[in-house]
Formats: sequence, structure tokens, C-alpha cells
Amino acid sequence: MELILLLGAPVIGALVLALRGDRSYGPEVNAGFSAVTFASACALAVRVVSYGPLLLYDEQFVIDAFNVFLVALTAFVGLTTALFSRPYMRVEVANGKLGPGRLRLYHSMYQLFTATMLLALTTNNLGLLWVAMEAATLSTVLLVTLYRTPASLEAGWKYFILCGVGIAQALFGTMLLYFAAEHALGSAGVTALLWTHLAAVKGQLEPTVVALAFVFLLVGYGTKVGLAPLHNWLPDAHAEGPTPISAVLSGLLLNVAIYAIVRCKILVEGSLGSALPSQMMMGFGLASMLLAAFFLWRQRDIKRLFAYSSIEHMGIVTFAFGMGGPIANFAALLHMTVHSLTKSAIFYAVGHAAQKSGSQLIENIRGLVTISPTIGWGLMLGSLAILGMPPFGVFASEFLVLTTAMKQQPWATPFLLLALGVAFAAIFGKVQPMVFGETTARRLPHPPALLPVFVHLGLVLVLGLWIPPYLAAWYHDAARLIGGP
Amino acid sequence: MTPLAATTQLLEIVGAALAAPAFLGWVNQCRAWLQNRRAPSLMQPYRGLRKLLNKDAILATNASPLFRAAPYVVFATMLVAAAIIPSMGTGLPMSTAADGIALVGLLATARVFLSLAAMDVGTAFGTLGARREMMVGFLAEPALLMVLFVAAMLSRTTSLPLIAETLAGQAPALYPSLAFTAVAFLLVMLAENARLPIDNPATHLELTMIHEAMILEYSARHLALMEWAAALKLFNYACIGFALFVPWGAGNEASGPIGLLLAVPLLAIKLAIAGAALALLEILSAKLRVFRAPEFLATAFLLAVLGLLVHLLLET
Amino acid sequence: MHPLPFSLQLLNACAALLLLLSFAMLSQRRTVNLVNLLAVQGSLLVIATLIVAWRTGQPHLYVSALLTLALKVFALPMLLHRLIRRLNVWWDTEPVINPSGTMLIGLLVVVFSFGLAQPISAVADTAIRSTLGIAIAVILLSFLAMITRRKAMSQVVAFLSMENGLFFGAMSATYGMPMVVELGVALDVLVAMLVLGVFFFQIREQFDSLDLYHLESLKERD
Repeated sequence: MELILLLGAPVIGALVLALRGDRSYGPEVNAGFSAVTFASACALAVRVVSYGPLLLYDEQFVIDAFNVFLVALTAFVGLTTALFSRPYMRVEVANGKLGPGRLRLYHSMYQLFTATMLLALTTNNLGLLWVAMEAATLSTVLLVTLYRTPASLEAGWKYFILCGVGIAQALFGTMLLYFAAEHALGSAGVTALLWTHLAAVKGQLEPTVVALAFVFLLVGYGTKVGLAPLHNWLPDAHAEGPTPISAVLSGLLLNVAIYAIVRCKILVEGSLGSALPSQMMMGFGLASMLLAAFFLWRQRDIKRLFAYSSIEHMGIVTFAFGMGGPIANFAALLHMTVHSLTKSAIFYAVGHAAQKSGSQLIENIRGLVTISPTIGWGLMLGSLAILGMPPFGVFASEFLVLTTAMKQQPWATPFLLLALGVAFAAIFGKVQPMVFGETTARRLPHPPALLPVFVHLGLVLVLGLWIPPYLAAWYHDAARLIGGP
Repeated sequence: MTPLAATTQLLEIVGAALAAPAFLGWVNQCRAWLQNRRAPSLMQPYRGLRKLLNKDAILATNASPLFRAAPYVVFATMLVAAAIIPSMGTGLPMSTAADGIALVGLLATARVFLSLAAMDVGTAFGTLGARREMMVGFLAEPALLMVLFVAAMLSRTTSLPLIAETLAGQAPALYPSLAFTAVAFLLVMLAENARLPIDNPATHLELTMIHEAMILEYSARHLALMEWAAALKLFNYACIGFALFVPWGAGNEASGPIGLLLAVPLLAIKLAIAGAALALLEILSAKLRVFRAPEFLATAFLLAVLGLLVHLLLET
Repeated sequence: MHPLPFSLQLLNACAALLLLLSFAMLSQRRTVNLVNLLAVQGSLLVIATLIVAWRTGQPHLYVSALLTLALKVFALPMLLHRLIRRLNVWWDTEPVINPSGTMLIGLLVVVFSFGLAQPISAVADTAIRSTLGIAIAVILLSFLAMITRRKAMSQVVAFLSMENGLFFGAMSATYGMPMVVELGVALDVLVAMLVLGVFFFQIREQFDSLDLYHLESLKERD
């Protein structure tokens, strides 16, 4: 029941908003549907926490410890972003950047995007997972090009083609997995792509085929995660789309893509019994971290800056999942949560900052604290949080990753430290003048509504200081499920 | 060596030498018909050869012995090639002398002598033709070798008569690899024999010609031998094509004299069809600019390699 | 040496032709011909699916064949033809690498994919497993075509041919994916094409051309 509501609400929302999204109450309706989604996600979470994993509708859907927390997170960030986009899109319309038609498109696609992500998270069918991932790309392509500027069209085209090609590789990987499964299960048909069935026989899957499948899957879904060297689309799409979309792309879509990889990794690792998947993920993760850290230095556009920061953090998560084991998995899950909360908060603040300054270029944004203390402090605190300063949750997860790496993969420690250090210097050096620099602009008469920013940052702070016991238990369950060497 | 084999062998050499001009005449005749012209007689090439043989040879003052020897070498090479290619029968005494790869080498020898002779006198046209011929040859040879390799892999031997025998003896089946290589071979054949998309045998337009440019300095019996050799080359290529792709009907020891008697008319029919098809193809295609020739031959090479790959994957 | 039943020979011939088509697409410079080649590729896929369906007697493959026929032989090529007419993009510019070079790389790609397919084919028990290498080759060749093309339209055609290769691969390895997935994939492809149509018009409106040369400003700058 909750599941129907969870998936149905955004779909109906998409239909309703496709027709009525440009009315004055459009943003509120959008937020309302997101609220329903979030409520059903909470209900679902409660049910899973109290009764254990669920298999629904002919085993087509699976809800276990691993994905239910992502479902809740996705619905939550979806809701707060809808709240944030309410004033934001109004200003954009007032600035004449959007017409009513595009506003309708925006709202409708926003809901559809949420629906595809939730479908990707909850489905038990690896084929449907692929379909949902592809649909998530398709629903956001037109959002990236919402402003129809040359740069946004280019970004959209890159996004479409690169992710299209990438995801095609993933389809091939899925196909190989299906092939291996059919072999092991001995029966053709729908069940051979169901993750639960595959997990049950993972030890009998043909290793050579599965290894090859994993390569394709990792490259395919890795493109969506933005792992180097397949990350090219990510900064462009983040920088050129509307800010709420940057927030959900960074905070949610990347998580869902990682989720897909990890689901596959569980199967592959069980089949291979070798360290190949771990090593590949660690390699990709480290490469992304290092590359992103150094590219951070060269950014002049604030949204690109934080897009590269997302690549870096996805690198950390991939690396942590690659290491495997209860602690690293725990750290990776925590990191996914805090990163998506922090990064979306940052994008909200950045969106307002860019809107107020009329430019996304870092050199044109100065003295935010003087113009509007809330935006300034929001951005500063968000940046400190994402850089892993102690009281925030990112510190906790990064610390866990680092200590586990020292123990399990000592060779990687210097690279991790290097990437984290370089990223810190780059981002802090750029954000500091934006917030505290000299400015001639006058203080804004009234502060913007930045409630979502501080709610997110507050949650991250809480997660850094004290993880509620039931949440910790939940993470532990998920970490055990993911397993690893 | 049985008398039958010896007879067949002799018949192959003599028959090739005698039939080659007629084959060329037939192609020309078909072309004329297709172009709505009145066709020259089938005997026209023979008349041309006779006329040339009766004339006195004129040599350039600075021609070296190589220039004089080249026509004989080229003609002899083509005759040897004709002896090796199983056009009328398999299992012949000469066929053990060389396999398919050696045959390609033999054809290359002819090309080298032809080109050297073309450059010998030192005229601009000769050099130009030689250069173009070498370019075409350099691109066509790998493709031809690939074609032979595919056939060789299918029949597990590089000897042409054995390939023909094996392929003829196989149960009929669809061979995508052979289809690809057949097209590749056709392209190579067109290029190697100075036929239409690469060279136009019917004109002496300086800027585009290849083969004619090389033999521009020859006269009388030398020219006759050169042209005869060219006709033989076309005939040989046609017969290689038959051996690889329509190998049925060649006689051998087992089929006895009747097999041989059947093989001759069958070969004539194959040649007639091939000649008509060649003429049709030439009518339909336009001459490529010279710098497009590499692309044309690259296609041939590509098809041949694809044939090989497809064979390796699908047919083993 | 070749005791294969005729239907399998026919399938192998289809596979070989698919491979040839990929190379033709790699070298083709007229977008209209490119789309026609895509349609031919689609029909070969339909034939192959029908043969497999007939051999294995799996009813869902007939549906799949019907779907392929409707989508890849009729709908998508027609859509692309209309786009070409409306947008007036008949030619691709010279590709990034010259044709012969592309062909040689293509050959290497084929060798590579055959190598890749070897271990899978070895454990496959479907009768048409040998065509798996060709499917991988088609996928990778389309990938190559995407890299070497400049025009948005050609890239899209290459993308669709990659999709065809995937389908062919699915068929040779496992006699097709489950119906749900196949429907979902078909839906995605269709939606992708519609999105693309919208996209093309946006691009043209903005740049007055579909040359991807215009789409190269977003680079890492110093």
C-alpha cells in the first residue's frame, strides 16, 4: 500500500502538473505531491524497520535495509528541494528566464524524475532497474536544457549522449547477468532477473561471464555516478540546469546510480569470490577523487565547483564500498546520506547567491555575508560541512573511511589524504572571498527563506555528533547486507 | 603422371593462352551491346595480336635489355599462373609446384617487371603509370591474400586445386565468409586488371590511366605480348574466382576423360557468364578518381578480413 | 564439416550481414542513407528474432519481433527521416578520422570483441551463441561511429544501432530478455527519440545548425 502511494504519488503529480504546473499554485502542488511521497516513504521505512525486509507484488519489488533508507532520503531531499524550488522558480519566472510552458515542463518532470528514482530503488528486477535509470536520465535531460541557452543545450546534449552510451553498456552488463542467471537457475523467464533470486544462487553464477558483466555494469552505471574518466557530463549538467535540478542530480541521482552498482557488486562478489569488483571500485573511486580534487582548482563557476566536489565525494563512496566490510560499508552509507543532505543544502544556498548576484561566476559573487547573512553563513557552513570539518557528519564518515583504509588498504591512504587536502584548499580558498570578501552591493532588505538549508545542515550536524541508535542499527543491517571481504 | 593429367595440363596452358583473347573480346562485345553499340567481333583481339606480331618492333634509343625482356617475362609468368590455377582439372602435375600464396607472388613478379619496364625508358607517363600500378598492387595484394586465406581456412590447405576440390565436395550451406570474400575478390579483380572503377581499359586519357600508361612505349611483338599477357591475367583471375567460389565441374583423376570433356564446356559457360557480368558491372560504375582508389581497395581488404573474422567466429 | 541446420545458417548469415552493415554505417556520410541502413539493420533483427522464435517456440519472441518491426523498422526511421527533412541535415561533414583509418580501427574492434565473447560463448548453451561476438562487435562499432561523427544526427543513428546490437546480443546469449524488460527498454528508446526530436529543434533554434562543432565551448578552461 505504502509502495503504491510512494510510486503513484509522483506519477500522478507529474500528470497533474503537466496540465496545471504553470498556475500560481503550481509550486505548492509540486511540494504537496513530494510531501505525500515523503510520508509514504516514512511509512514504508517504519514498516521495514519493524517487520523486516519486504517482497511485494510477485516479488517485483524488494524493500530491505539497504534501499529503504535511500528511499527515505530520496523522498526527504525531494520534498525539501520542492520547497526550495518554490521561491526560486518564482524568481526565475519573474526575471523572465522561463515561460509558463517551461514551468509546466519543469514541475511535471521534477515529479517524474522522483518517480523514476524511487522505482530504481525499490524494484527487484535488474532489468527494470536499468529502465528506471534510463528514464531518470530522459526526464532530466529536458530540465538541464530548461533555459535554452547555448551552454545549457550543450550540457544537455553531453548528458544525453554520454549517459545514453554509458547506460547502454549497463544494459549489456544486465544482459550478461541474466545470461549467467539463466544458466544457474536453469529456468528462463522473469525470475532470472530478480535480484533476490540471483542473490540466492550467486555462488553458482558463471564467474567469467559475471566478471565481464560487472565491468560493463560498473562502466555503465559509473557514467551516471560521474566516476572518472566518465564524468564529463556531470559538471556541465549541474552548472547549466536550474539549481533545484543541480541539487537533486547531485544529492539523489548519483546516490541511486551508486546503489545500482552496489546491488550488482553484491551479486558479482558472491559469484567470483575474488577481489576484482572491490579493486575496480577502489580504483575508479580513487581516480575520481584525485581528478576532481585537482579540477576543483580550475573552476570559475560556482556550480561547476560543487559539481566537481560531488564527483570527489562519489569517489569516496565508491572507494569505501569497494573496500567492503562492515565498517567501510557503514561509512559509505553514512557518507551517502550526509553528502546528499549537505550538497543539496549547498546548492540551495548557491542558487540564492547566484540569483542575487546575477552571475554564477565565482569572481562576481563577493561579500555574501554583507548582502545577506543567511545566504552567506549557509554557504560557509555548508562548505565547511562538505569539506569534512569536525562537528558535521561528513567528518565522521570520512574519518571512518580513512581509518578503515589505513587498516585494510594502507597503500591508498596517501592518495585519500592528498585528495581531501587538495579539495579542502581549493574549495575553502574560493568560498571564503565569496562569503567574506569586499562588496559594494547593499544589504538585501529582507532575508531569503533558507529553511531547507539549515534543516539539512542541522541534520548533518546531528549525524556528526550522535547517530540515533535505530538509525545506526539500520545502517549496520544494510552494511551487513552489502557484505564484502 | 598419367596421360590424362598430362593432357589436361597441356590443355589448360594452351587453352588459357588461346581462350584469353576471346574472353577479353567477349567482355568487350557485351559492353558494346549494353551500350547500344555495334559490337566488335569476338575475333577482334586475335586480329589485333596478329597485326602487331607482323610489324617491326621499334625501341627507344635508351631502352635497356630489361625493357626488351619484360614482355616475355610477363607473358611467361601468366602462362605459368594459368598452369597452376585449376581451371579445367584438379590434381595436375604443375599444380603441386605452387600454392595460392606462391601464385600471388607470381602475379606480383609480373607486376614488378611491368613497372620496371615502364620506368626503363624514362618517360613521364611510364613512371606515372608504374607508380599508380604499384599503389594499386600494394593495396590489392593483401586483400587477395586475405581472400585466399579464408578459402584456405575453410578447406585447410593453401593449394588451389585442393581448395577447389574440398569446396566442391562440401554439402551446400550458407557461408557468409565466402560471400564476403567473393565480393572482396571481385573488387580486387577489377582493380588488378585495370577495369572500370579504377582504370578505364577503353580510353587513353593520360591523367587517369594506369595500365595503358605503362605500355605506351611498346610496339609490335612486345606490345602484342603485353596485351596478350593482360588478357591472360584477366582470364587467370576469372579462373581463380571460379576455383574459389564456383568450384564445381573441374575434372580430376576420378572423373576420367569424360570429366575433362565436361569441364571444358562448363568452363566456357562460366566464362561467358562472368564476362557478361563483368561488362554489366563496368557499365554501371563510373571511374573513380585515382586518389579514391585506396578507399576502394581498403573496402576490398575490409571485406576480406571480415570474411576471415566471420569464418573464425561463425563457422568453426 | 558444417552440419548446422538451415535456420542456424540463416541466422549466421543475418549476423554476418549485421556486422557488414555496421561497417557500412561507419563509412556512410549521407545521413539519409545512414537512416536507411538503420532500418535495414532493424529488419535483419526482426528476421533473426523470428528465426529464433520459430526454433525455440517461445511466444514472447514473436511479440518482441513485432515490437522491433514496429519500432525499429518503421517508427524510428520514419521519425528520423522527418527530422532530416525538417531540419535539412543531409550530409555529415568529414569524420574526425579518415574512413580507411576508421575501418582499420573497426577491424581491431571486431577482433577485440570476438575475444571478449569467447569465454561467454564457451558456457552458453544457446544454439546461436557464436553470434554473440558479432553482437558485441556491433555495439562497439556503433560506439566508434559515435566517437568519429560530428553531426548530432549521425551520432543518434549510431546510438540506435548500438541499441540494436544490444538486442541482438540479448537474443544470441539468452533468447531475449524477459518481456517486462523488453517493453521497458522499447519505451525508453521511443521516449529518448522524442526527447531528441525536441532537443534537435532546440539546438537548431539556438545555433542554426546541428553541427556538434558548436557544442564544444564547455571545456575545462584555465
